[in-house]
Amino acid sequence: MRNPYLPLPMKLVKNFTETSDKLIHTFTLEFLSQEDAENFKYAPGQFAEVMVYGKGEAPFGIASSPTEKGILKFSVAKVGVVSTALHMLEEGTIVGVRGPLGNSYPLEQLKGKSLTIIGGGFAFTTLRSTIQYILDPANRGDYGDLTVIYGARNPGLLLYKDELAAWDARPDINLITTIDREVEGWTGRVGFIPTVTKEVAPKSDYAIICGPPVMIKFTLPVLVECGFTPDRIIMSLENRMKCGIGMCGRCNVGSKYVCKDGPVFTKEQLDKLPNEY
Amino acid sequence: MIINKNEIAGILTKLAEEYRVIAPVKKDGLVQYAAIKNGEEACLDYANTKKPGKEILFPQSEELFNYTVSAEGVRMQDNVDKEATIVFGMRPCDVKSLVLLDNVFKNDQYTDVYYLTRRANTLIVGLGCNEPASTCFCTSMACGPFAKEGSDIFLTDLGETYFIEGISDKGKELLAKLGLSAASEEQKAAAAKLQTETKADGSINIEGLAEKLGGMFEHPFWDSLHEKCLGCAACTYLCPTCHCFDIADEAKDCEGCRVRNWDACMFPLFTLHGSGHNPRPGGKARWRQRLMHKFNYFVERYNATACVGCGRCIKNCPVNLDIRQALAEVRALD
Ligand SMILES: Cc1cc2nc3c(=O)[nH]c(=O)nc-3n(C[C@H](O)[C@H](O)[C@H](O)COP(=O)(O)OP(=O)(O)OC[C@H]3O[C@@H](n4cnc5c(N)ncnc54)[C@H](O)[C@@H]3O)c2cc1C
Ligand code: SF4
Ligand code: SF4
Ligand code: FES
Repeated sequence: MRNPYLPLPMKLVKNFTETSDKLIHTFTLEFLSQEDAENFKYAPGQFAEVMVYGKGEAPFGIASSPTEKGILKFSVAKVGVVSTALHMLEEGTIVGVRGPLGNSYPLEQLKGKSLTIIGGGFAFTTLRSTIQYILDPANRGDYGDLTVIYGARNPGLLLYKDELAAWDARPDINLITTIDREVEGWTGRVGFIPTVTKEVAPKSDYAIICGPPVMIKFTLPVLVECGFTPDRIIMSLENRMKCGIGMCGRCNVGSKYVCKDGPVFTKEQLDKLPNEY
Repeated sequence: MIINKNEIAGILTKLAEEYRVIAPVKKDGLVQYAAIKNGEEACLDYANTKKPGKEILFPQSEELFNYTVSAEGVRMQDNVDKEATIVFGMRPCDVKSLVLLDNVFKNDQYTDVYYLTRRANTLIVGLGCNEPASTCFCTSMACGPFAKEGSDIFLTDLGETYFIEGISDKGKELLAKLGLSAASEEQKAAAAKLQTETKADGSINIEGLAEKLGGMFEHPFWDSLHEKCLGCAACTYLCPTCHCFDIADEAKDCEGCRVRNWDACMFPLFTLHGSGHNPRPGGKARWRQRLMHKFNYFVERYNATACVGCGRCIKNCPVNLDIRQALAEVRALD
């Protein structure tokens, strides 16, 4: 019997301050053993429990793509015990990782389809994984047009600035970044995500959306207006979690456990569940 | 088979040489489960234990593993408990609750090694209830004072003697080793009569209840139900089928351990997000979750009701909220 509570040891190789307010850091972790690296098979959209020895563990979406071998990346907001402890870790420290946990974006099913990916705030992390995966030369041909709408309050809060620039330079992705209010030097769009989505009026086979509850609430009707049926809108939930394996009873929405049956659901699936997330 | 009550203590003492024997004992003014060495300690003359039988396989607080961190790396020590155990004299409702918990601690993807290893190494001797308490309603809940589901061996109290049945292969094997005498036809008949005629409150009808609750998430019924509730979670901690837990690390310098502790959906922090958003912000949402989980969500997931009618939540609620009444009210709604 494999014990799903035991974390794998990983080495923190990079602790990078991602945003201008310093509240979000991106951590790059390396597997200590080759065997663990090979066994840890994940897909974009999955998450893991990251453990700081002596402090505890917390769930974070995996920000790296399976195409980036041997490492895992997490972008973490400083909000409480574990996230603050993580922020203070020195490079070289050993941390524990349990996972991969949960389901993933249905990338097999999405093959051959055009996609609109919409992200708000730091919930963009697992979307980075998805985009990076699709843009990998080995996979790009499997997918159609790719539109990404990504918003943050101000330019300093955008994650993965280097990558955004690199993506923007590519012809095979239509990247739209937006910020809430006019700022000097900003050449992208200005406006909230629902508004921008309405202006862009994306036409794709599927939409994937991840962000804070308010943003989701106001963007969904826009997507419906744009013609996305509920089975073609894919979302990711973030209920509070502990076990991550469907046992501690914490993260349920109706009879579903977000940690195990999710975190990825279609709007069609969520419409059948109680509105408690 | 049959055994005189005055022989029980001797047998338990002997079994305790080979097994960890856990039985109800009188301690600190309560009847509670404890490991015993001397069979005299066992107290089989009890209505039900204060804390539910789940604590034997899923302790209230349990160290899962411990670790030492050094410059060389991390050394981990896993604490899976493999000791061969006999639980003696557990009431049928508590035994049934373990059958329900089995669904939770093993799913299609993950196995809780701590619970399941104990489960696999534990033999359960169930004990029927001749006099169910006024708060017992197991007869309503696909259980009953003489329900044998989950027991390896089952005892029926005939006054001076216990009528003993081997239920599972594991139970029959142990009984064969004990070399007990056979029951007379009279004793068999007396046991059969007790087993069929003893009933607890059976007035709550759960047929169709799950479906009905399924359409009631937004119903005004939930608005007032919770009003007296203090949110103390006594009902959930003492419920044999409630299984929610918290995971926390306890550490000092470079040594630490990970513990899991019972937790409960009746607490506001249970679902509080880091962002401050709480999907179940008030008592209404929490009482609804408790009832829905037991009588709708669990049914959808595992095809069984997560209540065995033990009555602990009724007996121990400081403001006398009665889950039977809540169910009756749901029933009565159009
Ligand atoms: C599937 C999933 C993916 C996620 N992905 C990411 C991600 O990629 N990046 C990211 O940054 N976050 C992510 N999160 C959120 C992240 O899990 C939480 O922010 C994280 O658990 C915080 O852990 P912590 O130990 O730092 O906070 P905790 O110390 O647990 O505190 C979190 C918050 O809970 C409250 N709280 C906790 N305990 C108490 C208490 N005793 N009293 C009062 N209030 C309390 C406080 O509001 C506190 O700010 C994800 C969550 C899920 C479920
Ligand atoms: S025991 Fe009673 S008061 Fe306490 S949480 Fe349960 S219902 Fe509420
Ligand atoms: S809900 Fe109440 S009566 Fe039912 S099993 Fe739990 S404690 Fe016992
Ligand atoms: S986190 Fe434990 S059940 Fe989902």
